[in-house]
Amino acid sequence: MMTDKKPILRVTNITKSFGDITILKSVSIELAKGDIKILIGPSGGGKSTLLQCINCLVLPDSGEIELDNKRIHFTRKQDIYRLRQQVGMIFQDFNLFDHLTALDNITVALRKVKKMSKKEAEKRARLELKQVGLDDKEDLYPAQLSGGQKQRVAIARALAMDPKILLLDEPTSALDPTLIGEVISVIKELAIKGMTMIMATHQISLIHNLADEILFMEDGRIVEQGPPGALLAAGNTSKSQGFCDLLDKLSEVEE
Amino acid sequence: MQNALSVVFDSLPYLLQGSFLTAGIVVFAMFLGLFIGIFMSVGLVYGNRYIRYILTVYVWIFRGVPVVVLLFLFYFGLFAFLGLNFSAFATVSIVLGMTTGAYQANIFKGAILSLPQGQFKAASALGMSDIQAIKSVVLPQMLRLSIPAWSNEYSIILKDSALAFVIGAPEIMARTQFVASRTYQHLSLYITAGIIYFLLTWAGVIGLRKLEQYVRIPGYSQHGNQ
Repeated sequence: MMTDKKPILRVTNITKSFGDITILKSVSIELAKGDIKILIGPSGGGKSTLLQCINCLVLPDSGEIELDNKRIHFTRKQDIYRLRQQVGMIFQDFNLFDHLTALDNITVALRKVKKMSKKEAEKRARLELKQVGLDDKEDLYPAQLSGGQKQRVAIARALAMDPKILLLDEPTSALDPTLIGEVISVIKELAIKGMTMIMATHQISLIHNLADEILFMEDGRIVEQGPPGALLAAGNTSKSQGFCDLLDKLSEVEE
Repeated sequence: MQNALSVVFDSLPYLLQGSFLTAGIVVFAMFLGLFIGIFMSVGLVYGNRYIRYILTVYVWIFRGVPVVVLLFLFYFGLFAFLGLNFSAFATVSIVLGMTTGAYQANIFKGAILSLPQGQFKAASALGMSDIQAIKSVVLPQMLRLSIPAWSNEYSIILKDSALAFVIGAPEIMARTQFVASRTYQHLSLYITAGIIYFLLTWAGVIGLRKLEQYVRIPGYSQHGNQ
């Protein structure tokens, strides 16, 4: 369904080891504009490392990353900085800058990286805070925000950089069940606006509603991939189906 | 007794003049140490193996050699050897600055390591260079965390500055000794000197505590995170 579009990101045969342990074994992904791919699978399967390899927070040992048909050279700092400016990242534990207000968390990179003036940066930051429903919280520090609010600030911070792609590493896993909803609705809004995303999540509603494609990762490999309609069809014996059944049961227990 | 009080009273302006020199030494040394400490701590945490090795050697030298030895070594030895004509005041300031720099480097290193790692990652993910991330994210938080240990370092340097008298810098201790040797009022004069040192320490520590409160990040408790 999406195969006729040209990919904006092409990750080919990425491999990564830490010491003797191989975390990623020749993983490849292609992403076209507007695609939403969701990574699922047991923890330790390599989802987080894969996401961090895609924006070179962790440098791959081998393999290739191409953004807009331009290859990223892992040894060139300038290549890596350029890649990261176009690939935003949302972390499980938010990673807001503790010493800065919600507003300044967003303006700091706009000013340092995009060289915007203070005024321009603040204008943009206020716009992004409004998008995530936090325009009245701009003067609060991270320690004064709830988990859900922190994650929304983190999303606003990433979006202010105008990324072409957003990587989300279990964006709701560190949240109280009562706060998950507000973050999910922000992510769903992004999907509606056509944001290109790769997301690791175990949030069943995100998997069902947003995924164009599910990638099931296990032992450093993508062992299954396909649209949710096919993988999660009733009676299917795929690993993804089994895994999501398990997640379903767990979420029923929670409720 | 009458005599002791009048000697103290008469010599007080002379002794207090010395406290300006003492204050000058301490301020210069603390800021030199701050400068050295910041660069060294960044090198100790983020530098490669060779940088870390060189910096560690520096720390061990200034940790392991007594300040008096360093003062003589620099004043009569090193500076003379290099043909530099530094005053006693400059020498004391430099030696104490380099010494506290080694200690401050370790204070700052500990503070950097205690920061949550994820924030550096987040800064990198936004496209900041390592230097930008260190300047905008790591240093502002590391310096806040370091203020209590820094005020400790201040009181140590203030007291060590009394050693300046051995190379003849006319600070509080040197002046006190000078007056005491002429008037024989050792007890009252050294008590006076002690009180001056105590007041300088107290004022500095209170000032730094005020600074700590002033730059405190709202929402955080005063002692440690979360």
